Amino acid sequence: MISADLNIVLPELILAVYAMGALMFAVYTGKDATAPLILGSTAALMAALGVWIAISGSGAATAFGGAFIDDGFSRFAKVIILLSAAAILLMSQSYMERIGILKFEYPILIALATVGMMMMVSAGDLMALYMGLELQSLSLYVIAALHRDDQRSTEAGLKYFVLGALSSGLLLYGASLTYGYAGTTLFSGILETISDGKMPIGLLLGLVFLFAGLAFKVSAAPFHMWTPDVYEGSPTPVTAFFATAPKVAAMALFARVAHDAFGTVTADWTQIIALLSVVSMFLGAIAAIGQRDIKRLMAYSSIAHMGFALMGLAAGTMFGIQAMLIYLAIYVVMNIGTFAFILSMERDGQPVTDIDGLHQYSKAEPLKALALLVLMFSLAGVPPMVGFFGKFYVLQAAVDADLAWLAVAGVIASVIGAFYYLRIVYFMYFGEERDAIQTPMNAYNWAALVGAAVIMVAGVVNLFGVEALAAAAAETLVN
Amino acid sequence: MENLISIITFIPLIAATILGLFLRGDDRAARQNAKWVALAATVLTFLTSLGLLADFNPADPGFQFVEERTWLAGLTYKVGVDGISILFVLLTTFLMPLVILSCWEVDTRVKDYMIAFLVLESLMIGVFVALDLILFYLFFEAGLIPMFLIIGIWGGANRIYAAFKFFLYTLLGSVLMLVAMIAMWIDAGTTDIPTLLNHQFGSETFSLLGIQVVGGLQTLLFLAFFASFAVKLPMWPVHTWLPDAHVQAPTGGSVVLAAILLKMGGYGFLRFSLPMFPVGSEVMGPLILWLSAIAIVYTSLVALMQEDMKKLIAYSSVAHMGFVTMGIFAVNQQGVDGAIFQMISHGFISGALFLAVGVIYDRMHTREIDAYGGLVNRMPVYALVFMFFTMANVGLPGTSGFVGEFLTLIGIFQVNTWVALIATSGVIFSAGYALWLYRRVVMGDLIKESLKTISDMSTRERFIMAPLVAMTLILGVYPALVLDVIGPSVEHLLSQYQTALIDGGATMLAAN
Repeated sequence: MISADLNIVLPELILAVYAMGALMFAVYTGKDATAPLILGSTAALMAALGVWIAISGSGAATAFGGAFIDDGFSRFAKVIILLSAAAILLMSQSYMERIGILKFEYPILIALATVGMMMMVSAGDLMALYMGLELQSLSLYVIAALHRDDQRSTEAGLKYFVLGALSSGLLLYGASLTYGYAGTTLFSGILETISDGKMPIGLLLGLVFLFAGLAFKVSAAPFHMWTPDVYEGSPTPVTAFFATAPKVAAMALFARVAHDAFGTVTADWTQIIALLSVVSMFLGAIAAIGQRDIKRLMAYSSIAHMGFALMGLAAGTMFGIQAMLIYLAIYVVMNIGTFAFILSMERDGQPVTDIDGLHQYSKAEPLKALALLVLMFSLAGVPPMVGFFGKFYVLQAAVDADLAWLAVAGVIASVIGAFYYLRIVYFMYFGEERDAIQTPMNAYNWAALVGAAVIMVAGVVNLFGVEALAAAAAETLVN
Repeated sequence: MENLISIITFIPLIAATILGLFLRGDDRAARQNAKWVALAATVLTFLTSLGLLADFNPADPGFQFVEERTWLAGLTYKVGVDGISILFVLLTTFLMPLVILSCWEVDTRVKDYMIAFLVLESLMIGVFVALDLILFYLFFEAGLIPMFLIIGIWGGANRIYAAFKFFLYTLLGSVLMLVAMIAMWIDAGTTDIPTLLNHQFGSETFSLLGIQVVGGLQTLLFLAFFASFAVKLPMWPVHTWLPDAHVQAPTGGSVVLAAILLKMGGYGFLRFSLPMFPVGSEVMGPLILWLSAIAIVYTSLVALMQEDMKKLIAYSSVAHMGFVTMGIFAVNQQGVDGAIFQMISHGFISGALFLAVGVIYDRMHTREIDAYGGLVNRMPVYALVFMFFTMANVGLPGTSGFVGEFLTLIGIFQVNTWVALIATSGVIFSAGYALWLYRRVVMGDLIKESLKTISDMSTRERFIMAPLVAMTLILGVYPALVLDVIGPSVEHLLSQYQTALIDGGATMLAAN
């Protein structure tokens, strides 16, 4: 039995063993001198695992008595997580070198966090959920403070740790309540106890605490307050990582718990999610207006985007999950492209993040400005950019689930949000003459920026088939 | 040709891509090349679109040249034209070469400018030919991006405010339409416009948040579409973005905005609101008639007091669009015919007026009416052309402006005499502001020092104006050219509307 179980968790196992091995290797050889090598090999391994999972996986299987689920849904999320983590790693190398914090721990911690995320999306049990979540979170706390000589980076790490611990506490409390009333930690077991569609009040309380803890992780308002500070304080590559893979993992976990453990009582939790969604969309849209720091701006932007992704979950249907997955895939690509640009922003050799530096940027770098313009309109959800289709799917899911009010609120929030994306376009194309920034890019960052922009435009033809994949993935989660 | 419509739609986009990818440098030669490529592409588009007209069968009220391909999410890429939309396509393709020519003197970021206009042309044609809800929305919304850049990069002093106002105002209108479209898709199970035209949306009165919604779902959907089209057209009181956008936009941008982009609103009413939500239209119709009447009188009065020429013409556009909505929601043959005719004719006339302002703006770099006076002494040809279009704007018989206004007024008179009476007074006001503008700018003695050396219209400018003068005259003398094309489609639309209203009315009665 154990060999069958191990076979199922093989990708996670490989990555975890690799992380340990790399750690040993670095400690006993050149320490930080080996960092570029480890970074490259980690990215290559993660990309390879991503491709492997994408082409080899089929069917659904569980391991360790149901605690680990390998199905289409988890594979879809894992592919996004692995590929985006690999892309971010490659993009971050030159930046980390420039500010002198390319430590060998960085790629290893990213790899460990990725293992955590892969466990999260495959969790079939409250304990597996917690283990995955903590493995991810602890790694992230450390890399947030990676730039340990920098006050703001350490502040970000500490803040993230304290608030993350609080959210873990909430989550654990919810898990214990759930266990107390359901008598099991297995999602399938919990689902069985409420198979008649009735939920004891204690279980409902457990669900609320669980969801509150998860909402922290996806940084949905009103549990978002750590996000702007952590995004701003962390080294930019780390911020880029925070904005992509962990968000996908946490959202997927959210959907997993909601449907696998509480799928028979959708009416009880869709309202909670709908509320989180609408508050996040408006908060993200309104609070970003005043931001002058592009990392803070992206933090609020990600809060708003998580609001939209939650709209798909709030629908409580299979189509809603499909919409959420498509949204996440598009969101990740947009963020990789945008952060590839942010990583290259500098003035006099020093990295900068204030958007004032973008004034008249299009005159200096027409192509990069055009790519960023496409990404900004895509983030704002203006057709024909692919970002529009992300919004379109979740809106459709919401209207389909009789949540027309949520859809209307969402589109109004998206108009408010369009303002700050447009402002970046305005700075680049018709701002004033100021001292401009430079954006030297290596091949990876350039490819990520331009590639993401091309995907945003070319995807209008058929979304590269993501739709059908997401539909198949959603089908395995909701039935 | 099977793919004629796709070809017409995408020629400008392909030309824009070629410009973007292959044209390097920013010297004089490169700029000239950009202009010539853009001109060639728009002329080619126009010539190809004539093929559309040649093969079009006006007797058939259905959609012709239909192309259909599957697209993502169960949507289809479906395009085609009927008697209503074909003329808007032709209007677009006809005007774009003139717009490109009018930009000949632009010398900042010429390549980008040409690309923006070419992309915009593709998107505008796309709006008029789309036969899938979401495809329509895609083109409708995407057009905001190039226009935002055109106003923002090449616009006047206050261009940033105007660009943002334009973008956010129209976006807010449109997103509500998106939600309505999704609701329609879920209700009808398709986004195919020809099918939706025959779909009966629910019209049972229900109560929403304690308010009785007469006409039910149809009224709600109607309102959502109305939010979008009323802003786009624009109707009073949501017109305030238009004067700002017009004043700040460069000449070419103003022409496109007035002549084509505004027509998307009217086209939307005809393509969606009227045929798909007849009960909603019937419920909301009287309100829209009154809004139109207010628009005509109010904006005419506002136009009287303007000191900026472009602003004056912008307000005049709002007034003329008032006639359009009035004609559409009179829902009879004369009214709807007149509304379409008015839109086509306004495309020529307002386009020409903005070009005329552009002519003197290029020379004097001001649009203040007070800065001019007595131009007739130095610019006789200009005075003549401007006179002609002023008269056309007023609605002088013999010009196309007259036919549109007259038909809509006949249409509305049969429906609501009071609205007709008020709207007719707008005709007098329009004579007031247009003639006064003309007197202040062109007539009188040439006393201003700065104007003493102003030169008359160049050959290029005459060449731009000539086709517009010709079209305005031809349509004014022989309106059947347009009316024969739109007639059968409008007739079909109205008969469907009446049948649907009877069915819908029956369900309304049954619910009560």
